[in-house]
Amino acid sequence: MDKYKCSVCGWIYDPELGDSDGGIPPGTPFEKLPDDWVCPMCGAAKDLFEKME
Amino acid sequence: MVTELTQGVYWVGVVDWAIRQFHGHELSTHRGTSYNAYLIVDEKVVLVDTVLDSFRGQLIQNISEIVDPAKIDIVVANHAEADHSSSLPAVMRHAPNATLVVSQRGKESIEGHYHQPWNFRAVKTGDKINVGENDLIFVEAHMIHWPDSMFAYLTGKNIFMTNDAFGQHYAAVFRFNDQVNREELYEEALKYYANILTPFSGPVLKKIEEVLALNLPVDVIAPSHGIIWRKDPLQIVKKYQQWAAQEPEKSAVVLYDTMWEGTRHMAEAIGQGLAAEGIPCKLFHMGVSDRNDVVAEVFKAKAIIVGSPTFNQGPLPTISPILEDLRGLKFRNKIGAAFGSYGWSGEAVEIIEKHLDLCKIQIVAEGVRAKWQPKPDDLTKCRELGQKVAQAVIA
Repeated sequence: MDKYKCSVCGWIYDPELGDSDGGIPPGTPFEKLPDDWVCPMCGAAKDLFEKME
Repeated sequence: MVTELTQGVYWVGVVDWAIRQFHGHELSTHRGTSYNAYLIVDEKVVLVDTVLDSFRGQLIQNISEIVDPAKIDIVVANHAEADHSSSLPAVMRHAPNATLVVSQRGKESIEGHYHQPWNFRAVKTGDKINVGENDLIFVEAHMIHWPDSMFAYLTGKNIFMTNDAFGQHYAAVFRFNDQVNREELYEEALKYYANILTPFSGPVLKKIEEVLALNLPVDVIAPSHGIIWRKDPLQIVKKYQQWAAQEPEKSAVVLYDTMWEGTRHMAEAIGQGLAAEGIPCKLFHMGVSDRNDVVAEVFKAKAIIVGSPTFNQGPLPTISPILEDLRGLKFRNKIGAAFGSYGWSGEAVEIIEKHLDLCKIQIVAEGVRAKWQPKPDDLTKCRELGQKVAQAVIA
């Protein structure tokens, strides 16, 4: 599963960890995040994340 | 010295005429700055933001001119950066019963800075706190310009306290925009935007739309640095929308460094090429220019042309800081090119081109390299580079 980085603030979504504050359980791939999910650090929308190489 | 904004609302901040380097030595502040803190005296006494800790005595004295600081019920910390928060330890000692209102991210960053068990209350967008006759309404402003940034709006008085947004590093004996030199004010507001907010232009546009949609009446925009906008306060909001759209002027900058003047001669020939096509152009020798002033010029210009001689198989170290700014500030809608003289290996031009590409600055002319001192036909190539870039600026 790929990690994704927020292009606004640099926060990294790690699917192994999920996003507990946003109600996303560990093991959720980025692609499965709901469309209205936002960066927990800066509030950026999902489409502002870039896949990490 | 205290200034009344409107009945019951006071500026209790400090003007710092002497500061010339901000964020350590990252940002030049040729005109000094101010740290704006605001005191609201209603049924509750509220302090919005503080000042740099070296001025904490002045802040406490200013508050004391209006009210005993022990009577402060609420302290709002819109942003955890030290220029606004580092007098919090002093303020909280004087007002031990005060509630410290912060954003969720602000709680983490204030705790991370001061390690104090203050009485925090974390708020989110739309939360209201009644202060007597009026309410304070909070708007989270993530990444304008830290994750914790927040605006506070006072109903009834229609004052938006926007912390760093809409601010300027501009010391003055006056507090309001109708009292100061407009050209200087906008020069500093633009320099502030270019150097600090450019990479967050997307969030800036979104936040402005969100706040305008709330249809709150705005009589005053009170930032945490510089001049307060009370005459046509939305003028700076409109200007931010224009800046955040990043639609540059039809102009160019040539940023270069030079060891024995070869690259300088090339830079000047490029400038002649741009001028021949009618494109205004400024040349900056980065070894001797103020980086932050140059960033403001880069922000305005469409074309960014970068030159360096080759030194130890790369660009000169003295050109590197501005290259890092071109990356980190995420300028959009720019075009560019590279050039430089060399003696034997000559890698600098290609390295700069790769860097411009990384910065999403579109290269519109093939780079020019000149071995040792540029010959007349090298300078002709430089003039042609300038013309080619100029044509792309016009297109």
